[in-house]
Amino acid sequence: MATSPYDVAVVGAGPAGLAAAAAALAGGARVALIDAGRQPGGQYWRHRPGDLGAVADLHHDLRTFRALVAGAAGAVTFPGHHVWTMSGSAADGFVVRSVAGDDPRGTAELAARSLVLAPGAYDRQVPFRSWDLPGVYTAGGAQALLKGNEVLVGRRVVVGGTGPFLLPVAAGLAARGARVVGVYEANGPAGWARHAGAVARVAAKLTEGAGYAAALARHRVPFHARQAVVAAHGDDVVEAVTVAKLDHEWRVVPGSERVVECDAVAVGWGFTPQLELPLALGVGTRVDADGSLVVEVDEHQRTTVPGVYVAGEACGVGGAALAVAEGEIAGTAAATATTGAGPAAVPARLRRRRRALRRFAAAMHAVHPVRDGWQTWLGDDTLVCRCEEVTAGEVRAAVEDLGATDPRTAKLLSRAGMGWCQGRVCGYATACLTASACGSAVSALDLQGVSERPIAAPISLGRLAGDAGHTGQQ
Amino acid sequence: MTEFEFDERDVPFTDGQTVGAALVAAGVRSWRTTRRESRPRGVFCGIGVCFDCLVTIDDVPNQRACLVPAAETMVVRTQEGDGRGHLAV
Amino acid sequence: MPTDAADVVVIGAGVVGAATAWYAARSGRSVTVVDRGSVAGGTTGAGEGNILVSDKPPGAELDLARLSSGLWRELAVEVGGFEYDPKGGLVVASTPAGFDALVALAAEQSAAGIETVVVPAGGLAEHEPHLTPSLAGGVLYPGDAQVQPMLAAARLLRAARAKGARVRTGVEVTGFLRSGDRVTGVRTSAGDLPASTVVNAAGTWGGEIASLAGVDVPVLPRRGFILVTEPLPRIVRHKVYAAEYVADVASDDADLQTSPVIEGTEAGTILIGASRERVGYDRTLSVRVLRALAAQAVALFPVLAGVQVIRTYRGFRPYCPDHLPVIGPDPRAPGLYHACGHEGAGIGLAAATGRLIAQLVDGERPDLDVAPFRPERFGPEVAA
Repeated sequence: MATSPYDVAVVGAGPAGLAAAAAALAGGARVALIDAGRQPGGQYWRHRPGDLGAVADLHHDLRTFRALVAGAAGAVTFPGHHVWTMSGSAADGFVVRSVAGDDPRGTAELAARSLVLAPGAYDRQVPFRSWDLPGVYTAGGAQALLKGNEVLVGRRVVVGGTGPFLLPVAAGLAARGARVVGVYEANGPAGWARHAGAVARVAAKLTEGAGYAAALARHRVPFHARQAVVAAHGDDVVEAVTVAKLDHEWRVVPGSERVVECDAVAVGWGFTPQLELPLALGVGTRVDADGSLVVEVDEHQRTTVPGVYVAGEACGVGGAALAVAEGEIAGTAAATATTGAGPAAVPARLRRRRRALRRFAAAMHAVHPVRDGWQTWLGDDTLVCRCEEVTAGEVRAAVEDLGATDPRTAKLLSRAGMGWCQGRVCGYATACLTASACGSAVSALDLQGVSERPIAAPISLGRLAGDAGHTGQQ
Repeated sequence: MTEFEFDERDVPFTDGQTVGAALVAAGVRSWRTTRRESRPRGVFCGIGVCFDCLVTIDDVPNQRACLVPAAETMVVRTQEGDGRGHLAV
Repeated sequence: MPTDAADVVVIGAGVVGAATAWYAARSGRSVTVVDRGSVAGGTTGAGEGNILVSDKPPGAELDLARLSSGLWRELAVEVGGFEYDPKGGLVVASTPAGFDALVALAAEQSAAGIETVVVPAGGLAEHEPHLTPSLAGGVLYPGDAQVQPMLAAARLLRAARAKGARVRTGVEVTGFLRSGDRVTGVRTSAGDLPASTVVNAAGTWGGEIASLAGVDVPVLPRRGFILVTEPLPRIVRHKVYAAEYVADVASDDADLQTSPVIEGTEAGTILIGASRERVGYDRTLSVRVLRALAAQAVALFPVLAGVQVIRTYRGFRPYCPDHLPVIGPDPRAPGLYHACGHEGAGIGLAAATGRLIAQLVDGERPDLDVAPFRPERFGPEVAA
């Protein structure tokens, strides 16, 4: 390596990554900040190049964002870089290899003494009939088009799924002139009453939630609890959806189905952390309260692999404020460790904040679970894997007919999750369907089998081969 | 107003918009067909995760429309299947 | 547990175990397959699915490969559902000297009954239009074929189940039941399984199973990586590989060897191999290997330069010091048969291996003399 290694390489420039970079810089470290996006902010503070002014009303806590960007200004940044693999150890140093999106031949390889991974998360999806019709978006996709591009996904939009994220999505669409014909929340908000303690400790969350509720009321957006979008309709584009009432296991209440006309749908069922990079380094994982595979971290956001820290959604979906707290802790610890000192105690302020926000996250997961009943909405011919066009019937046949007993085997036998997205979208559903067909519960090992992606971003053979040219011999 | 070419029509975009966003804003919902069932597809996740919005830009297939910033010189084309049918032997 | 008593217990639900179970069940034996993992979860799931006659010089392994390729053709009809594709192989040489050596090998193989077609440089494009024009020539082997290996194992097991076989995954063999020297079943994490015959089809882990029975079968892992491209139309018609591959397979060098092996699949992806390293069971991704594979693939098929790699996987080939598999009864532990150590040819050789084991268990005369594959050939008594 021609250049000397960075003290800390931060992967991801969302709330956790920015906070980690800022904290590591404050700790005196030389920091590289790598992100697939062209602007910092991640999904949460997504915006177009330049000023946030035009979309400021769609964003929350921009003051923190601006402070973090200023704090991270001393980092060497690699925007538009998709990390495709990383390797190494604390003893020998780490290497982060990425593909530069804008340059067809561009690759970057950088060395670092420690890593802070803040890869974030994306909308978790469960399949439903005709969910592959154009006009059906993930909730985050609708949000990205709005915040990052100022484009509305439709004029008459249905928002559905579960979780508090549906509220800002609906509020944003309504604020920009879309008619949101309904928010269909599969769980009941009354569940929050049982978690009053967890909510009261994070007053900001209450204010935020109340703000969205007021916005929805102002725009006369109907909110339907315990209802879900269970099918989409249309020939080449979505024209309507079927919504239905759900029982406590999320089976459709017979006779409750209703067809709602719309030209766009935004659905999300919580979030799936992006784990391929941490998993590539062999970190320990666990299943979180929301059923997602997450990275196990300690007090200092250290993983089980020395020198590797993880912050934000990848160690438990909990929102931007929690990600910022974890990022700050991770960045500080990584900077301290590279100077040879052991990490100092986490300041009480951050510890308390993280604890309160994690309690809130746990309450959120308890109130907004994904119940197995969604599987009953599917026909045998409903697509599970959108890339390889594999149906629910084919996934079940991999178990019942071909003897798969885990989702990885079901995937390899049915091709669900073998296409372009490598199971990012259907991995969760495949794991659930496989477990149900086997009569078991989804385990951490099951989720790991559909979350490992040794090539974390596509790379052309030419680029990969070109690397060989740069480094000379084999 | 800046525009790029899409299937022999002009699609306007504003600075910083992605190809996918500009197409959606222009009322185009799909610009790809699937390999097996020839089903139409467009933006789904909008953040580069799902690869549903693959499109051919300047004769290079399989680019994620939701990630590529729009540019005036671009020629964007609906992609059929794997987008590389011309290479079939 | 008497209810679990079987004629044959097969250890390993990979393709060799599956083929053994199928042939044994078809001849009326009661069969139980046990695997500590899942169906085709080991080396079978990490293979390309090659059924090759092209990569072996005349000898015992080529005889086995010939037998097996015929059996696979039958299985594609009798069982089916595993993407059997008799696409043929094209071996190419980049230098005139390499081409001469390749042609000489082809002549020997031809004398041993393998169909070969020498293709001069000018004729390569007709067979593979996207091949680099800078090659010295090649040999076409119409007898080479491919299957989807996991589906092949799963379909064979399914067919065996339809004939009464039981498949128990997630069950680990922890020891053997013995009556004197004789093997009378296995001990497992789910209880004892008595059987009059036990078949060790544990692939790369075959040596460990053998040692549980107190016998030495030297099977060791040899790591290989495969790159998987985005889905494509048919760009590569045959299995195409460089002549050096044959030498790499036979090499005893522990260091990394890579030679380009490129082929399409029914799913549209192109699989790119092949690397060989002796690094134990190290699962670490080797960027150095991936780069070498990519560079060699692009050199052979320049059109692939702009094609994206979307996945890679690694596996551990089970190899024996003399590069021959271990097939047959173990005289050191009567009742125990071995069917492992097939290195990178396990899919291709599985059908014949399963058939021969079933014939031996039945006391029939096997289609082929298994003496070259006998398990005790490595032992000190052989050396003496």
